[in-house]
Parts: sequence; C-alpha cells; structure tokens
Amino acid sequence: MTKKISILVVDDERSVRDSLYNWFIEDGYHVDCAEDAKKALSILEAESFDIVLADIKMPGMDGLEMLKRIKTIRNDAIVIMMTAFATVETAVQALKDGAFDYVTKPFDPDDLSHLIRNASKQISLMEENEVLKDKVVSLENVEDLIGESEAMVQVLREVESVAQSNASVIITGESGTGKELVARAIHSNSPRRYFPLVSVHCGALSESLLESELFGHEKGAFTGAVYNRKGRFEMADNGTIFLDEIATISSKMQVELLRVLESKSFVRVGGNKEIKSDFRVICATNRDLKAMVDNGVFREDLYYRLNVVNINVPPLRERTEDIPLLVDYFIKKYCTTMNRPIMTVDPAALKRLEEFPFPGNIRELENMIERAIVVGNGKKITLKDLPIEKSEAMPAFESLDELEKHHVLQILNKYNWNISASAKALKVDRVTLYNKIKKYQLKQTK
Amino acid sequence: MKPENITLISFGYFEKRFLGEIMYDVEREFRIPVVIQEGHLDLSEYFDPARRQYNGNLLLRDIDKQFASDQVKTLALFNIDLYIPILTFIFGQAFLNGRCGIVSAYRLYNERYGIKADERVFIDRLCKEVIHELGHAFGLIHCPNPTCVMRSSTYVEDIDQKSWSFCAKCKKELE
Repeated sequence: MTKKISILVVDDERSVRDSLYNWFIEDGYHVDCAEDAKKALSILEAESFDIVLADIKMPGMDGLEMLKRIKTIRNDAIVIMMTAFATVETAVQALKDGAFDYVTKPFDPDDLSHLIRNASKQISLMEENEVLKDKVVSLENVEDLIGESEAMVQVLREVESVAQSNASVIITGESGTGKELVARAIHSNSPRRYFPLVSVHCGALSESLLESELFGHEKGAFTGAVYNRKGRFEMADNGTIFLDEIATISSKMQVELLRVLESKSFVRVGGNKEIKSDFRVICATNRDLKAMVDNGVFREDLYYRLNVVNINVPPLRERTEDIPLLVDYFIKKYCTTMNRPIMTVDPAALKRLEEFPFPGNIRELENMIERAIVVGNGKKITLKDLPIEKSEAMPAFESLDELEKHHVLQILNKYNWNISASAKALKVDRVTLYNKIKKYQLKQTK
Repeated sequence: MKPENITLISFGYFEKRFLGEIMYDVEREFRIPVVIQEGHLDLSEYFDPARRQYNGNLLLRDIDKQFASDQVKTLALFNIDLYIPILTFIFGQAFLNGRCGIVSAYRLYNERYGIKADERVFIDRLCKEVIHELGHAFGLIHCPNPTCVMRSSTYVEDIDQKSWSFCAKCKKELE
C-alpha cells in the first residue's frame, strides 16, 4: 500500500462503529468514527477522508441526506452506504445521489474486503488520472511558442484571454509563422484540453476528399468507402477542430461548413443520420480573408461566423529580437534529438541570421538550424554552416514595385552604377533603366 | 516491553495434542514461553438468538477484563460461531497492540463446508489463526504478502493458502 487510505465510519450504533474500526485498523487503514451525520460532516469539513462508510438509517439527518451534503463538500469522495433494511428504492436512490456502492448489514467479511479494495482501486485510479492530466498539461504547454518581443507577447496575451472562451478564432499570418502552434496553445489552455485537437489541412485535400474527411462517410458512399468512417468534426467532439488554410475551401464547402458551425450537427457522406458534435473551431490562413470577402470569393456570413476573435501572428522579420531565442531553442531541440552535445552559435553567424529576412519565417529558420547542426563541426554553428549568402539577405517584399526597386538598385550597385552594363544585365534598354531610377528615386551611395 | 509469556486459554473441549501442537508453533514463531490454561465462562450472555451466533466484540471485551494482564498476551480459544455486528462471521479478533485476542475453531472444520474431515488441515488452520490474532495483539496489521500468516483471511481457503510463519517484514516489526 503506497498511501494509507483513510476511512470515516458513520453509524449511530456503537457496536457497528467499534467492529468496523477494529476491522479496518487491523487492515492498516486510518480510521475515524462519527455517531451521526452532523458530526460526520463537521469531521469532513476539517479533514479529508478517502472513503466514507455510512449507515442510511440514523436519527436526525439520514444517510442519504448526508450523502448529498458530502458531495457538496467533496464531489469525488467515495461514499459507501450501508443499511440493515435494504430496499431496492433506497439502493437506487443512494447510487443516483452519487454513492459508490451499497451494502446490507451484516455483510460477509470477504464482501467488505472486496468493497474497500474496489474503493481503494478507484481512489488510486483517480489519483493516477490527476497525475496524468498534469503530465498532459505539461506536455502540451506552449513552450514551442518562443518569443519575448512585444509582438509575440501580445500574441501570447491574446491566446491566454481567448483560450477560456468557446469563441471561434481565426489565426492569420504568413506561412511558417507558427499558426498551428498558436492553435495548439489555445486548445491546451482551454477547458477542452483533455479532449482531442483535430487538425485538418484544407489546402491539401480536394473538395470531395475534404467533405469525406470532415463529415465522415458511410460504408458504400462512394467507390473505396468499404467501411464507415468518422469525420473530423465527430472526432473533435468536446475538443477543438483546427482548420488550416481555410481560405482554400470551395464555395460549396463554405456553405456546408457554415451550416455545421451553426447547427453543430451534420450528416456523414452517404448517410442519413444526423450526428451532433460539440467542438470549437480555430481556423488559420495566410491570405487576407477580408479582401476575399470583398472580392466575393469567400462567404461573408462564414467569415463573420469564424472571425469572432482574430489573432495575427507576426512574421519573423518583424520580431528579429526573438531570433537569438529561437536559434537557441532549435539548437537545444535538434541537438537533443540527434543525441549530440548542445552547440553554440558564432556571433557573426547569429548576426547574419538576424539580418536575414526569412521569407519562410520560423519554419525556414528551424530548417536552417537543423541543417547547420547536421553539417556543422558539432561544437559551434558558423557562417559556413548557414545556407545563406550575404546577397540573399533580401527583404521579403509584398509588392512587385518594391521588389523591382530593390533588384534594380542591387544591379546598379553591382556594376558600380554603370548604366550600360546594368541595363544589359537587366535586359532592358538604357532609357528604361533611367526611367526606373527616376521612378524609384534611386541614388548612388558613396 | 516483551511479555513474560503467551497464555492460551481454552474454553470448551480441545484435544490435548491439538493444544500441544499449537503451543509448539506459537512458541516457535514468537520465541516466548507459552502457557496453556483452561477457562470457564457463561457463554449464554454472548449468544444472540436472532443470529444464533456469539458476539465476538463482547466476548473479547470480557476476556480482556477477566483474563488478561499487562505482563502476558492472552489468547482465548473457543468452539462457537462468532460474529461482530457488522459482519456475518469472524474467525477471531484481537485488540491491536492490546493484551488479548480470541479465536474460534467453529468455522475451521472441513465438515462445515460439506467436505471430508481432515484433522491435519484443521490443526494447521487453527495454528495459523492463533498466530495471526496474537500477531495483532503484538501490534502487527494485515500484510499484503500472500504467504505471510498476517495476510487477511476471510475464507478458510485463504487460511489454507498462507503459511503459519511471519514474512521477513512482519518478523522485523515483531522484533
């Protein structure tokens, strides 16, 4: 026995209390007795007992009433009711009110041993459950969301405030910024954390596949549907469904999705039975959904249904101060995975990383660090381990004009502002190049 | 404090060779001299006509009052069907770390369960129960070790499965 189980015996008959006391003491339990419900409740308020063994018929407050009160003090208390006058009604009532079991006095010594053994097993299972829950929480914490920059702190703050609610969330941000990690953080901090987080990458599936994936299908619904299959909405019951790349779904799926979000019920492909599921929706996209709504590509009603809360994950170039932290984190992660000693980073290499625009965001940085650990000398990550040339350190521009301006300037600098050579390299005539210089107000820097 | 001796008091008829064997086993396990006595008690006071059994709690209380002393550990042997108010029957009971205990041979006979009488099995069961209850009187609680004599037994089959000696852990606690 790892932990001493404590038992409170509540019975108005002294002989019963004494008998049970002696019996349990010999079994090594911690035992206390109370002669009525009132005393038992006051003992329970002061001290916690694992098992309460209580008589139903007692003067004053009876055992059933006491059971209800005990449940208000400690809902998970294991209460075993006993009586000399067994009726089916009282037994059923006791069990309905939350009693663990019900026994008729006098009982067989073996029954008593079994009863207490079962209750002890239940207690250890409950304790184990608590320990496992704690472990799950610590496993699913948001440690992958690295960053101390103001932008990232703001994201974490939003995650924290939205997690406890049931509101739909749209996570926006460029590819590779960690939108799924944000979704995971919301889920693992929400009351739904002990239930599944089901991810669906909408962009990777065709319309019919996505439909079958989300709603499930019945056997024979289409060629290849040889079994009944649960859909992701069904799997996410009591949990969260994460719809990545939501902007890629077809207009037909948008209608279907809106209906499911409104009714929280759906029918499997090829089926006719309505299935209910209680899930929370978190979506992610790297596109401007509002613009898509304005252009009539994305349904407005679905947009407003999904966009209760919007969390924008900043691109890495807007939080370069987080790069050292991220580099450190990925080094530890991959060195541990590859069973290597933890490496350090050369300051020059770190500076280059901080200057690099990372169009692929954190995903790109992560891959870069992983590669550097593989090809590196095992002690320090240096410039030569990084797959970036200095000239590659080009910011990621959204508009074509900005890109053109940057490229023209780069070529002009390369050819020392020799217009003819630069125009030849750019494969444009000299007049066009002059026009570009004028348009972008380019100037030679000394 | 180590008691001067262990006193076995038989109430009712027990064959001398049975008592001799019990005495030998108890002495071997506890390494304390064992004294055998005969006792007399009006058992009708403990009889419950509704249950047709004898109240073990009252009996233990009176054995403690009338026959036990601080210097010895006393164990009273009976041949009656014992119960305590909450349980249908008991083989015996003792005050934990107390002065005395009681054991009844009544439910240890094979014949009670429709099986052929076996004297060897009966004596073994009785010895084990006596050592078990004395173990409680010496402060030992039930032991999870399946072969230890301090293992809780709620059926005769349980008694048959355990040995009549203490496991290493209980032996250490006893010392």
